[in-house]
Amino acid sequence: MTTHRLAAGLTLGLAALAGPAFAQRNAGGYAEATGEAIYKNVCQGCHMPDGKGAQGAGVYPALASDKRLAAKGYPTLVIVRGQKAMPEFGSGLSDMQVAAVVNYVRSHLGNDYRDVMTTEEVAPLRPKSGVGGEVKPPG
Amino acid sequence: MAVEQSRAARKLGVWPIAGRAWTACVDNGFRRFLGFLCRRVVRRFRGAQIVADDNRRPMSRRDLFSLIGTVAGSAAMFEAMNSLAYAGESSYAGPVGLSGAPKGATVLILGAGWAGMVSAYELQKAGYKVKVLEYQDRPGGRNWSLYGGDSYTELGGFKQDIGFDKGAYLNPGPWRIPYHHQGVLSYAKMLGVAMEPFVQINFNAYVHSTKAFGGKPQRFRHLQADFNGHVAELLSKSTRQNALDGAVTKEDQEILLQALRSWGALDANYRYVKGDTSSNRRGYERDPGGGLTSVPTPSDPIGLQDLLRSGLWRQVGANGYETQHSIFQPVGGMGMIGKAFGAKLKDVIQYNSKVIDIKQDTAGVAVSYVDTRKGGAPVTATADWLVCTIPVSVLSQIPITVGPKLKTAIEHLSYSSSAKVGLQFKRRFWEEDEQIYGGITYTDQPNGTIGYPATGYFSPGKAVLLGAYTFGPGAMHYTSMPPEERIKKTLEYVSKVHPQAIKEFDCGATVAWHRVPWTLGCAGAWTEDLRAQYYDDMCAVDGRIVLAGEHCSRIPAWQEGAVLSALDAIRRLHQRALAA
Repeated sequence: MTTHRLAAGLTLGLAALAGPAFAQRNAGGYAEATGEAIYKNVCQGCHMPDGKGAQGAGVYPALASDKRLAAKGYPTLVIVRGQKAMPEFGSGLSDMQVAAVVNYVRSHLGNDYRDVMTTEEVAPLRPKSGVGGEVKPPG
Repeated sequence: MAVEQSRAARKLGVWPIAGRAWTACVDNGFRRFLGFLCRRVVRRFRGAQIVADDNRRPMSRRDLFSLIGTVAGSAAMFEAMNSLAYAGESSYAGPVGLSGAPKGATVLILGAGWAGMVSAYELQKAGYKVKVLEYQDRPGGRNWSLYGGDSYTELGGFKQDIGFDKGAYLNPGPWRIPYHHQGVLSYAKMLGVAMEPFVQINFNAYVHSTKAFGGKPQRFRHLQADFNGHVAELLSKSTRQNALDGAVTKEDQEILLQALRSWGALDANYRYVKGDTSSNRRGYERDPGGGLTSVPTPSDPIGLQDLLRSGLWRQVGANGYETQHSIFQPVGGMGMIGKAFGAKLKDVIQYNSKVIDIKQDTAGVAVSYVDTRKGGAPVTATADWLVCTIPVSVLSQIPITVGPKLKTAIEHLSYSSSAKVGLQFKRRFWEEDEQIYGGITYTDQPNGTIGYPATGYFSPGKAVLLGAYTFGPGAMHYTSMPPEERIKKTLEYVSKVHPQAIKEFDCGATVAWHRVPWTLGCAGAWTEDLRAQYYDDMCAVDGRIVLAGEHCSRIPAWQEGAVLSALDAIRRLHQRALAA
């Protein structure tokens, strides 16, 4: 089956079966309200509790004392769009949550940047097309 | 199934032969028809604004599938899923049978998981000289079981010494092989790996919501029988009230009514009510017995409204193609296949080799790697061709000379999140106290899934239960905890379904895939957009290099995807080698 036919089937299937509710689908949401809670419940899975990252066959970069965090747009972009092994988190976090965790990371873990990411500044950095996928239980 | 239908047919005064014809009818085109009906039902239900445990949430695609699966059976479910490109059929077409490698041709293979070992095995048979570099000290990759005595250190340095009893295990990754994954099953057979049935559906296991029925777990058979029964009653009512006149001929409506009565366990008046017929489906309050205490007591079906509002219908009968029986597991753990394959290829696999650079030019490929145990200066291996099965989450961090298309593809696929927790208990209380032998309980708690061991039934002594199997945000939460906290939380969640768990707990083990040092995640997280943009480039041969693995397949996160990807990749690489 070709990609086009799959895509057509998908569109028709959604329209026929479900209507507009699916237009809002995303990969699932995170409920955490503060930057600290988001970091401790989500980010530290890879970047580790101390923000120092980890190394195996590949690397999770350290966020602690990371000079690339000087520009607040940088971590924001990486969070909402993903980068290489880093999944995108834009579909699971609201603008407010993204701003909160950016501000947390830039003012903790050995970072001390004083300028603040506002909620309003997040939306323009999001990718134009939806990136969220369904979560399908694997084998 | 056939027996049950024959019995129903006899009750209807039809001869068994008619019952058999009926079975064939239901199994074939008729289910499509049910699929159509259930789309009508779905529309009607949506009109009635079904709300589940979470009022804010619109019905998701998964919910809808659950509903379709429940109403129309798995055939309609598969049809619907297939149209949405979810269910993946294995295209395994027998042994790849490559032959006639150019004289002296060499292939380097990176990774000794499924894709790497299939490539090595087949290319060697075709006449190539092969060598496999593997980062770990064992074969199998994500085909892996953790046993007592093993130790596992995840990223961040969190170490676990696994305390399971002899023979007990946790499959951190894949744990089941559906019958149509013929690639995996064929290689397992070739390797002599013994298989036993994996139990996916257990009618006596539970579906549990903290927000429904006072948090009391409900038996799967109750929910399924009651949901089917109520839907059958509604549909038969619609039929008899001529609501389906435009869609179903009068003649077919009679057949439909018979079908609904049989399928939904309805009484003579097309009602789903307490009685012998419904209890024969959902189970009795007191089972039929022998002698003078033999009279059964029928059970009370759950009301339709309670059922709908509970949200538990989501987990009833929603079995996609990959979770339909027969499903298998290797005796002794999934990792038995990887071990056996590794033993067969022991002369060509070099373990503890961390790849740090991959180069190619017109003459060949050169891969630099370091010994992860001894350290020292990088060593370079050369070959004519390269099959790279390193997960792209890791590969995207390794310098590699490939064209911009493949490079871009490698850099645009991240890996999904998943975590599992295995809990060892002092005894099989789920069997002894609750008559649950294998299968799965679903819960709305963060652990998501409780999987009962489909092996060693009735054994005395300790046994390991899968206490958590999570995806998406829930898995990210799990990953963020230290292993001992994952185990502790999981025990709490399991105790909400099985209160005995706290007292019977012995020890645990857990793997969160984003902390696995050699994958940085569970599996390639393709979306439709990403596939459209990068999938073909990811799979195309680039000069002397081809990628393979589950990430280069349309059965992602399943072992079969890795096998089929490898077979397809080496076929194309072989063609190129012959043409060179």
